[in-house]
Amino acid sequence: MAEALLAVDCLTKRFGGILASDELSLDVCEGELHALIGPNGAGKTTLLGELAGELVADSGRIRFAGRDITALPVWRRTALGLARSFQVTSLFLDFTALDNVALAVQAHAGHSFRFWRPARDQRELRAPARTALERVGLGARADLLASRLSHGEQRQLEIAMALATAPRLMLLDEPMAGMGLEETVRMVALLRELKREFTILMVEHDMDAVFALADRITVLVYGRVIASGSPAAIRANAAVRQAYLGDAEGPVPDG
Amino acid sequence: MLLFLEQCLNGLAFGLLLFLLAAGLTLVFGIMDLVNLAHGSLYMLGAYFAATFARLTGSFVAGAVLALAATLLLGFVLEMIALRRLYGRDHLDHVLGTFGLILFFNELVRLIWGPAGLSLPLPAFLNTSIEILPGVPYPTYRLAIIAVALAVALGLYVLVMRTRLGMLIRAGASNREMVAALGIDIKLLYTLVFGLGAALAGLAGLMQAPILTVQIGMGENILILALVVIVIGGIGSIRGAFIAAVFVGLVDTLGRAFLPELLRAVLSTMAASTAAPALSSMLIYLVMAVVLVLRPEGLFPAPGR
Amino acid sequence: MSAALNVRNVAAALFVAVLALVPIYSATTGNAFPLTLFTRIVIEALAATSLNLILGYGGMVSFGHAAYLGIGGYAIGILAHHGIYSGFVQWPVALIASALIALVIGALCLRTRGVYFIMITLAFAQMIYYVAAGLDQYGGDDGLTIYRRSQFAGLIDLSDRNKFYYLCLALLLASLYVTWRLVNSRFGMVIAGSRSNDRRMRAIGFPTYRYRLAAFVIAGTLGGLAGALLANNTDFVSPAMMHWTRSGDLIVMVVFGGMGSLFGPLIGAIALLALEYLLSRVTEYWQIILGPLLLLVVLYGRGGIAGLLARADRG
Repeated sequence: MAEALLAVDCLTKRFGGILASDELSLDVCEGELHALIGPNGAGKTTLLGELAGELVADSGRIRFAGRDITALPVWRRTALGLARSFQVTSLFLDFTALDNVALAVQAHAGHSFRFWRPARDQRELRAPARTALERVGLGARADLLASRLSHGEQRQLEIAMALATAPRLMLLDEPMAGMGLEETVRMVALLRELKREFTILMVEHDMDAVFALADRITVLVYGRVIASGSPAAIRANAAVRQAYLGDAEGPVPDG
Repeated sequence: MLLFLEQCLNGLAFGLLLFLLAAGLTLVFGIMDLVNLAHGSLYMLGAYFAATFARLTGSFVAGAVLALAATLLLGFVLEMIALRRLYGRDHLDHVLGTFGLILFFNELVRLIWGPAGLSLPLPAFLNTSIEILPGVPYPTYRLAIIAVALAVALGLYVLVMRTRLGMLIRAGASNREMVAALGIDIKLLYTLVFGLGAALAGLAGLMQAPILTVQIGMGENILILALVVIVIGGIGSIRGAFIAAVFVGLVDTLGRAFLPELLRAVLSTMAASTAAPALSSMLIYLVMAVVLVLRPEGLFPAPGR
Repeated sequence: MSAALNVRNVAAALFVAVLALVPIYSATTGNAFPLTLFTRIVIEALAATSLNLILGYGGMVSFGHAAYLGIGGYAIGILAHHGIYSGFVQWPVALIASALIALVIGALCLRTRGVYFIMITLAFAQMIYYVAAGLDQYGGDDGLTIYRRSQFAGLIDLSDRNKFYYLCLALLLASLYVTWRLVNSRFGMVIAGSRSNDRRMRAIGFPTYRYRLAAFVIAGTLGGLAGALLANNTDFVSPAMMHWTRSGDLIVMVVFGGMGSLFGPLIGAIALLALEYLLSRVTEYWQIILGPLLLLVVLYGRGGIAGLLARADRG
């Protein structure tokens, strides 16, 4: 296999007395959907924060598409092809769904020191935005204020915004968070379709979804990788069962 | 050299007064998340109350005590009638609302006491000098200010670190909802904290009154310096406020005293006398700018902010 | 943005028509007061419009905007003091000075957010106030009289009150148009997005700091323009122009008129100055009423006057 698209090397991060990332290493290969699971407090969101650039690790390196991005600020990483969705929905609530996605398109359409032409009239921004919205199934809801969308639709909008930046790697932080059964089914279908085109690193708690979608799974406990491999290998892994899967509500899925 | 020592003490006194003001401001912001621009008005009213009560009772000390009580009471009333409705709102709302209060208090003072200022003469026993070093007299009153302010600072420390109320204050600063969930009467806590802040402001005002004239608008000038102190020290941190306040007091006082001379040594007399007053005023803001560049959250930001 | 015939646009059009007719009214009735009052209103509205860009649309609560009015005004005053009366020199200097100082102050202040930002803009404005008050050779605290208005080589005579008024009005309308263009452009989207959710903006790839700084500089420059007009209007500049209470007044105008609405600042300027005028006829101590009134509006009146009009639109 060629060099991994994303290579995390020995990342360490301390918050006071807590070791959130403990010499964490993992890699994500191009084209795969790589799931990151682990109990609460395992450091999954910390890792995503470090990958996105919001948190600076104390030591370790991150390589993306052959480049060392460890020191790059958040906004530069996106330009390189790293897109992110948030665990707690983070949208522009006073903008329409279309505006939200158009902003994501605009971020990658050159600089924005353009002061004259109305942005909402610019087809080069609006058309890709509509396409992204339709891809996630929100085409009909494009002109609604983001605050008026249902929770599930807002999560879909988050994905649309990630898509609109033409990413090489999508970092999805619990895309299924807070969703009911029907919405989850829709989201899983969407992700199954997206993974054919994009590389995805996904943090998730919903084990059904994880085993349905993941090509590889990495298990994180107390900031450390305790296992990494195919879904079958993870399911069979005794340490993982003890630390995480066995403790989860309900039996381990067969899916 | 002696001049330097004297100016250092002046700077310390000024810094400690700034601390009293800044402590109240940062407490209220830290606990209730309230930006209270009218804090300067409480400072001003403390001075006006002191001058008036001293004249009425004929005693400086009685006037001071009554003024303190009056400011404390005013703080409670203000919080209960008006300011508590601002909790939880946008900071812009706080700024506008308390700006309205400043206008109100300035005009009220003008209505009651007139546009000319008041004076608060020192009683004989304070209007003396003490020899702090052989042959070095220093005004007793300023030493008294330093002593009182340090005592209050110590009292604040004990209150915040060693009492139950202080524990609630510290808890409330990092997690408001939790304190409320513990069943503490959060409304009462807020009112008490605001009153404490008001009393501190009033104390600073009344102590400053004999040295500067008591006049309308005195609150705002020093309020802005108190804001600078909080920015440098870190919002929500009383320890930061103390260190920053003494620092600001020293820099401002020493700067005003010695910068003109320093400039004259370096520049021509004309350039120096033009630049000196402007630069002296600017000095503390330049320091703030430097701090901002290096540490945008202040030197000792309170945790959890 | 279509030119729909809704309540807000009709009201705005009416305002503009009324404003255009003021000098004619004053001339026919022989009463100069409306012209004087409205000249002041128009200039204040221009100042408030400049603040609206960063406060109303950008969510940056700058409590030091009056400093830029002062800088623009003092540029005119100082140059006039030294015998330079040409507007072609004075006005560009005023604009460039405001822009540069806004750049420096903005670069520092925008490193902070929220309450810190409010306090720091206030502090820097106060610093500029003290600097001006310390300039003894330019009048210090007492201010500087301007003996001749800006000269434009015969193109327009600013001492003619009517012509001056129309110039101010034209500049106000031009600023409103430019603001409208700005806020709907890509740049405006970034500013508005940054106000809505700055973290998200950076996550999708915008270096928001530089755009906010640019907006801050534009707002400061427009403020400098308002200051130049103010200096010519009063034939006088003093540190009081940049006192922090003036910054507060500007914020009140923007918020009262309706944040993030184009004509809000104009409505707010009219409202505040009209209120000032009316209340001062009731009592000499009119701020005793204005202060609590302000607090009441903050507590109970959301969205300002433009918000009321917008609700009239929907309802």
